[in-house]
Amino acid sequence: MSNTRTQLFFLGARDTLPLIIAAMPFGIVYGAMAENAGLSLAAILGMSAFVFAGSAQFIAVTLLASSAALPVILLTVFIVNARHVLYSANLMRWASRLPQWLRIPLAFWLTDETFAVVSNRLTREPGTPGLHWYYLGSDLFMYGNWLACTWIGLTLSRRVPDLTHWGLDVAMIVAFVGIVVPVLKDRAHWLCAAVAVGCSVLTHQWPHQTGLLFSSLAAIAAGGLLDRRRSEQVDE
Amino acid sequence: MNDWMLIGGMALLTFMPRYLPLGLAGRVHIAPWLQRALTFVPVAVLTAIVAQTALYRHGALDLTWHNHRATAALCAAVAAHFSKSMFVTVIVGLATFALLGFLA
Repeated sequence: MSNTRTQLFFLGARDTLPLIIAAMPFGIVYGAMAENAGLSLAAILGMSAFVFAGSAQFIAVTLLASSAALPVILLTVFIVNARHVLYSANLMRWASRLPQWLRIPLAFWLTDETFAVVSNRLTREPGTPGLHWYYLGSDLFMYGNWLACTWIGLTLSRRVPDLTHWGLDVAMIVAFVGIVVPVLKDRAHWLCAAVAVGCSVLTHQWPHQTGLLFSSLAAIAAGGLLDRRRSEQVDE
Repeated sequence: MNDWMLIGGMALLTFMPRYLPLGLAGRVHIAPWLQRALTFVPVAVLTAIVAQTALYRHGALDLTWHNHRATAALCAAVAAHFSKSMFVTVIVGLATFALLGFLA
């Protein structure tokens, strides 16, 4: 039994590896940007350790560098994090079998990357017992990597001042493309992606990333409606 | 210090949305239509993030091949479609971006 747990733990870590490679430059750039924004060494590492959310940390240090007020930064972080409600809700059915205490660390370590691999495994093998070991393997690997890359980034930025201008955010872009494209299996999911692109281009100028939130909701609604219409037609 | 107020606030605002649905699981029932709708969440959110970061350059929409992020994203999408492998997708995307930067 403990053998299976260990196997699941390392399988989770292994399946997350490509996403971790993609997250590495992201963590390094965060460390470098935070250093440039004037945060102390303890605060840079502390944010990675206690917040552990790439996009939110990026936006916080960008706003901090442009001397935004604390409430503005926190509201923006809240909006950017809203997608985690949807990830977490997506895992509810599986989580209802888990003890309450275990849900706290699992929730703390819930990221785009871990959600992607765990929900993928949940779709392929719905009944697997001990999926939380797989989950923990994925997220502890992510967490360790995130802390290490933050440290590398802040150390490097003291030696290579131009590090933040290298356009390393492209790593995040291609990783997200790699998550989305394999999921586009039917017309409803294609429509969802198309609406997301169209709306986010049109709402790019909206303040505080509200355009991102609006586009996501519009795309979910479009995909959901088409999906419902098609399943009704099948029933007839 | 102010830095730690920021981190404390961010930690709370990040943990709550991650925890609430998981914590309530088993006590609250989610309707089947909502569960189906949730399969669209990653597609919608991640595509919107990609579109906003890749299609805009210096604050303006740039749909030409001079926009290296968009070109890299497109090549990565083709690679993802045919390979179904995250590793291949990331390598193709990053290599395209590096090559375009080298040529430009």
